[in-house]
Amino acid sequence: MIWNQHIECMSREDMEALQLRRLQEMVDRIYYNVPFYRRKLQEVGFMPGDIRHLSDLSKLPFTTKQDLRDNYPFGIFAVPMSEVVRVHASSGTTGKPTVVGYSRKDLDNWAEVTARCLYMANTDRQGVVQVAYGYGLFTGGLGIHGGAERIGASVIPMSGGNTEKQLMLMEDFGTTLLGCTPSYAMHMAEVLEQSGMDRSRFKIKYGVFGAEPWSERMRKQIEDRWQIKAYDIYGLSEIMGPGVANDCDARKGLHIHEDHFYPEIIDPATEEVLPEGKKGELVFTTFTKEAFPLLRYRTRDITALHRETCDCGRTLVRMDKITGRTDDMLIIRGVNVFPTQVESVLLEFGEAAPHYQLIVEREGTLDKLTIEVELSAALFSDTVTGLSKLEARIRRRIDSVLGISADIRLVEPGRVPRFEGKSKRVIDKREI
Amino acid sequence: MLKQVSLFLENKPGRLAHVCRVMAQEDINIRALSIADTTDFGVLRLIVDNPDLAEERLKARGFLVSITDVVGIKVDDRPGGLADALDQLEKEGISVEYMYAFLGKCGNQAMVILRLNDNAKGIEIIKKCNMEFMTPEEVYQI
Repeated sequence: MIWNQHIECMSREDMEALQLRRLQEMVDRIYYNVPFYRRKLQEVGFMPGDIRHLSDLSKLPFTTKQDLRDNYPFGIFAVPMSEVVRVHASSGTTGKPTVVGYSRKDLDNWAEVTARCLYMANTDRQGVVQVAYGYGLFTGGLGIHGGAERIGASVIPMSGGNTEKQLMLMEDFGTTLLGCTPSYAMHMAEVLEQSGMDRSRFKIKYGVFGAEPWSERMRKQIEDRWQIKAYDIYGLSEIMGPGVANDCDARKGLHIHEDHFYPEIIDPATEEVLPEGKKGELVFTTFTKEAFPLLRYRTRDITALHRETCDCGRTLVRMDKITGRTDDMLIIRGVNVFPTQVESVLLEFGEAAPHYQLIVEREGTLDKLTIEVELSAALFSDTVTGLSKLEARIRRRIDSVLGISADIRLVEPGRVPRFEGKSKRVIDKREI
Repeated sequence: MLKQVSLFLENKPGRLAHVCRVMAQEDINIRALSIADTTDFGVLRLIVDNPDLAEERLKARGFLVSITDVVGIKVDDRPGGLADALDQLEKEGISVEYMYAFLGKCGNQAMVILRLNDNAKGIEIIKKCNMEFMTPEEVYQI
């Protein structure tokens, strides 16, 4: 099913014409309305009228997460707060979140692209959509919610957690589509299997899963255990939230809603734009966003783009499933975690941060984070109670700064492996 | 006061043997030891005949080592001997953070190592009660 035949199956020529017009409008808007961008554009000698071709975009400066931090909270907003009808936020690297704003039109466009995603997942107004993404500052819950309402499905706004109740209502209300993180879908499947509930009484047929990386192997597991079709939904709050891209039944990558979000793939080292099909860092320019437009935003996600028409009939550009990141950000239980956050906590316990390592494992269906901390002479006390208290103090601080719990393990000096003088900060043992 | 060598050790196979091997190579004799552990790590406490050398050599091998002052006392080797000694300390508000005993005995006396919350005051009390100390020389040369 295709929600917006006109856009999703538009010829490449027409799409590029639309994109060029929207890019020109967007650059005008940010030049005149966002001092941050005016400075950036002036630095490279660019004036709004200078964009004649889509390829001119590659001459424009990038936006990074650091830029968002430097302009916390509303510095990059392009409209006055009276036009902003909602804000969302995601965890940042240093305690301050990354804040994003939406105008009424932005929410409208968000619902449009998410509606397209749900249609790709074979869900229309007959559907009963259970949203088990978190509601709140996180974009997941309200993002899917808006798209589901747009197509006229019946929405069950569960938010995350409370798995037994999720399953009970899923059965009683006749949920046909589940939206949540893939790891939570696995957890729910496990609880369902143990509950003795009768799967044949459930009406669920589809799931849209995202907000964390997952593999084809995991997709197969979810599909086998749930006996549903699982779709990959991609998004990031900086660009919009869930609904930036989604895969269709052809499973040849995720269709990016490129009439709103223009993707480029760059070499993260040279910052050169790479040709179609080459793997590199995904960069987005938002064409239509009013409140929080971003120019060439570096997602740090690694993927490749493909433009030939899909078996499903859509012409929208496709991106491969995300295969990694150019930075060391981890997504654990849907929460962004940066090793530097751990470092900032450890600095509170001494003059120099001890060597440390993050180890992420998947135990059953849930992610588990262990942080190994090398004990230093300054922190060493020769009683076990003293050391256990130290562990507990570190654990409490990590919980509060990262927003997820971690096991703290004190290790002997020299136990964290070093590479070229730098510690290897992260070991990700999850097979995802 | 006696010098105790304290080491931080992960609970991993071979760590304890490694410490003992280092001591053997340096010709350092272990007089008494205790281990306190959790599931993940332990603290090994050693009384040796040359604590300064032990500290230096263990540090050179990358171990996390510190020297802790502890008190060694001799108590009558009979039921209640240790209880009597500890009662004296407790009466004066001195608590034992940890303790362990030497194997073997000295005449008719057992030997105990104490780590007190206030070593200096503890020593005064021990003196006042005419308990016998173990001197460093005595310990290092057993």
